Amino acid sequence: MRTDTGRGRHGWLAAALLAAAAAVTHGAWAAEEAAGGPQAAANPEGPARFGADWQSWRAANDVSDIPSVQRGARNFVSYCLGCHSLKYERWSRLGQDLAIPPRLLQQDLLPPGDKPAQYILTSMPAADAEAWFGKTPPDLTLMARARGQDYLYQFLKTFYVDPASQTGANNLRLPTTAMPHVLSELEGLKRAVYKEASATAAGGVTRQQVFDHFEQLAPGRLSAAAYDGFVRDTVNFLDYVSEPTQTARRALGVWVVLFLLVFTWLAWLVKREYWKDVH
Amino acid sequence: MADHAVVADDEVDLSRRKFLTRATIATGAVGTVFAAVPFIESWSPSERARAQGAPTELDLSKLEPGQMTITVWRKSPVYVVRRTPAMVARIAGHDELLKDPQSDKSEQPPYARNPLRSRSAEFLVLIGTCTHLGCLPKQRFSAGELYAGWPGGFFCPCHGSRFDLAGRVFDGSPASTNLRVPPYSYPNARTLLIGADEKGVTS
Amino acid sequence: MTVKTATGAPARLPGGAAPKQGLWAWLNRRLPVDAFLSEQLTGYYAPKNFNVWYFFGSLALFVLVMQLVTGIFLTMFYKPGELTSFDSVEYIMREVDFGWLIRYLHSTGASAFFIVVYLHMFRAFLYGSYRAPRELLWLIGMLVYLALMAEAFMGYVLPWGNMSFWGAQVIVNLFGTIPWIGAPLVEWIRGDYGIADATLNRFFALHVAAIPLALLLLVMLHLVALHETGSNNPDGIEIKEKVGPDGKPLDGIPFHPYYTVKDLVGVGVFLVLFALVVFFTPTLGGVFLEAPNFEPANPMSTPEHIAPVWYFTPYYAILRAVPDQRMGALLMLLAVVSFLFLPWLDRSPVKSMRYRGWISRTALALFAVSFVALGYLGMQPAEGLYVMLARIFAAIYFAFFLLMPFYSRIDAVKPVPDRVIYHAH
Repeated sequence: MRTDTGRGRHGWLAAALLAAAAAVTHGAWAAEEAAGGPQAAANPEGPARFGADWQSWRAANDVSDIPSVQRGARNFVSYCLGCHSLKYERWSRLGQDLAIPPRLLQQDLLPPGDKPAQYILTSMPAADAEAWFGKTPPDLTLMARARGQDYLYQFLKTFYVDPASQTGANNLRLPTTAMPHVLSELEGLKRAVYKEASATAAGGVTRQQVFDHFEQLAPGRLSAAAYDGFVRDTVNFLDYVSEPTQTARRALGVWVVLFLLVFTWLAWLVKREYWKDVH
Repeated sequence: MADHAVVADDEVDLSRRKFLTRATIATGAVGTVFAAVPFIESWSPSERARAQGAPTELDLSKLEPGQMTITVWRKSPVYVVRRTPAMVARIAGHDELLKDPQSDKSEQPPYARNPLRSRSAEFLVLIGTCTHLGCLPKQRFSAGELYAGWPGGFFCPCHGSRFDLAGRVFDGSPASTNLRVPPYSYPNARTLLIGADEKGVTS
Repeated sequence: MTVKTATGAPARLPGGAAPKQGLWAWLNRRLPVDAFLSEQLTGYYAPKNFNVWYFFGSLALFVLVMQLVTGIFLTMFYKPGELTSFDSVEYIMREVDFGWLIRYLHSTGASAFFIVVYLHMFRAFLYGSYRAPRELLWLIGMLVYLALMAEAFMGYVLPWGNMSFWGAQVIVNLFGTIPWIGAPLVEWIRGDYGIADATLNRFFALHVAAIPLALLLLVMLHLVALHETGSNNPDGIEIKEKVGPDGKPLDGIPFHPYYTVKDLVGVGVFLVLFALVVFFTPTLGGVFLEAPNFEPANPMSTPEHIAPVWYFTPYYAILRAVPDQRMGALLMLLAVVSFLFLPWLDRSPVKSMRYRGWISRTALALFAVSFVALGYLGMQPAEGLYVMLARIFAAIYFAFFLLMPFYSRIDAVKPVPDRVIYHAH
């Protein structure tokens, strides 16, 4: 049934299309975020210059992606809890926030003998750790807030073989780190390839070796993409644990801001009404 | 007066003004109430308090017959008594001397609302806080210990309240209700779990 | 003159106001409630031409109340002490119901306080609100500003993060530059041989009790002084000079209901922006809550860049611009103190920037730009180009004050109107 103007009749269709477009765009954006954006895709120059752009690598994690944070929790328990504690977080809180049923929490994550209400502590005695590594492995609860997710992501992806170091490994993000390359079984081994660079300074031209790119020496159990996903999940988990209330914070914020907008609009109407008196 | 800044027009729509002002005040009041919620909620027991208030476990195999042990649940002392058959027998026969023999006015879970005030005859679990003003009653389990005819139970030193071997209060005591029973259960025959039962963990 | 009935209550005069009844009458015989309301609110006339720059006074008061309330609640859970402070803050953030919200309100509120106060002060620069007869109002306001800076500095130490510790170390060490008494003074302030538990605990007492009391007293004095002279306005005209037959300024309007209602809108807009920060970006990329402070204080490990929180960075930039520590500290002090002299440095015949010439406007613009630029530079490492720029902007900053007696006098002036300029809105 046609009307003369036709306008407004298809408003519902336009709204539906708009909503669909918004959903698709948002979905694409979210997928992009999860995949880490174009820079995390295979290096267009090929594997030869892998790692050259390491300083621009972004974690691009999404804390509201619960399955990812769950995987990160599992990763942490398997590979990090041996040395690092999360002393401000309780197991029970973890289970609650990540929708892990108590039985699974007990079975898969909780170290034997630990109770759910306890804080997440490492079993490694601090004194021994200091003796073995020269430094106590720091507590990681707030590391994502202290250094940032991108730092953590870059840290976990720039380990390389270094015979000169005590652990046999070194790190680009944190040079001379006392931490061994714990994830080498997953990532494999890589070495740093340097190139000569000259810099002109006050005293003349200086030449020094600067990092150019990585060269994979031995593969790990995970493919490059799988390892990348592993690191992202772990960083995502560390992001969550550094501020467990962040998802609730953002959700509440939407309502608060909406309410305040309504209130301000009403207050403005009252103001305008009274100020009609003023000439 | 025409030169003055504020000229009250006869055209001023007082009803609109009143309506808008009231709507704004109402919205503001609602906002203020919502804003108060986080502050009021912050006073609730924190995660730490709730964690410390988790159910307490007790190994019953260590308890001798006739013995009492004291443990803690949610910052309160909990008396756990392993009653002998003789002690159980002395719970009956003096209902007329009690203020609340059927535990109608006292506080206990459904499974403790019986003359023995417990799930089983052997073990008695009580909050060890006198229902008068909160002192810790002392055990006086032997017959005749306090006076001739005393069937055994608890005596509170602060103001003299007396309770029998089921924690029920005697007439003449300043306390008016029986000693409280917390929620509890037996995950297995050797273990007592205070603070959790069929309903789950006490909130 | 009031006509009283036998009971002592005022009688109703024809066309007069309703008599005070019951509880209200009882109260007013014992406390001057009605008199206060009519003198300070419904009978206090403010210029009708206030613009957006005039929101920030009431906003500052709003933020003060919010900081007091959130601060008191934080004190219920925070445990001062080098072993407990950091952990207790995480306890608040994670284990106290809505503790995270109370904490963010307080930390964002501190920054909001300074944004509001800086804009509030800038208004005075625009319209000459520090000029006679409001010099004392300005001085009391400066005391509020100084108390606020002390309060914020000490508050930042309380979480006992690494920046708390090192920021305290640097600032307290500045006192060591005072000749003769410097070293013993620093030890006396610290209560120990280095920033320690003793320092933390006394800063806690000052931050929670002493300075808030001082702030409340100073803010009250500030308002009394304001009501004594009446407010300035964007045209810099004294509205009390033109009164109507009722004795009220012709260009004035009762504060209540007109400015209570208008300020409410200001509060609303402020809260929207404030809530956007609190709920979506409370650290503001490390500007409001600095990243190094999420690590516990470590006397053995200095953060890469020690910088005070953003509201101190203009002065910090000036401190670092000077190669000599003592001179740098002195110049930094001078930078803060310069504001006190404004009422007497400004020799212009007119108050408001609206009626001044291009020299004054340029000077003020340069000053504002320098202040912001110095603030940015104070957050950067003191290297290379940053140092040179800091020196340039510091020079402009001081020139604004030092040259003011000259350029304010020689600058052109436009004729000041008789009555305020007002466009209905």
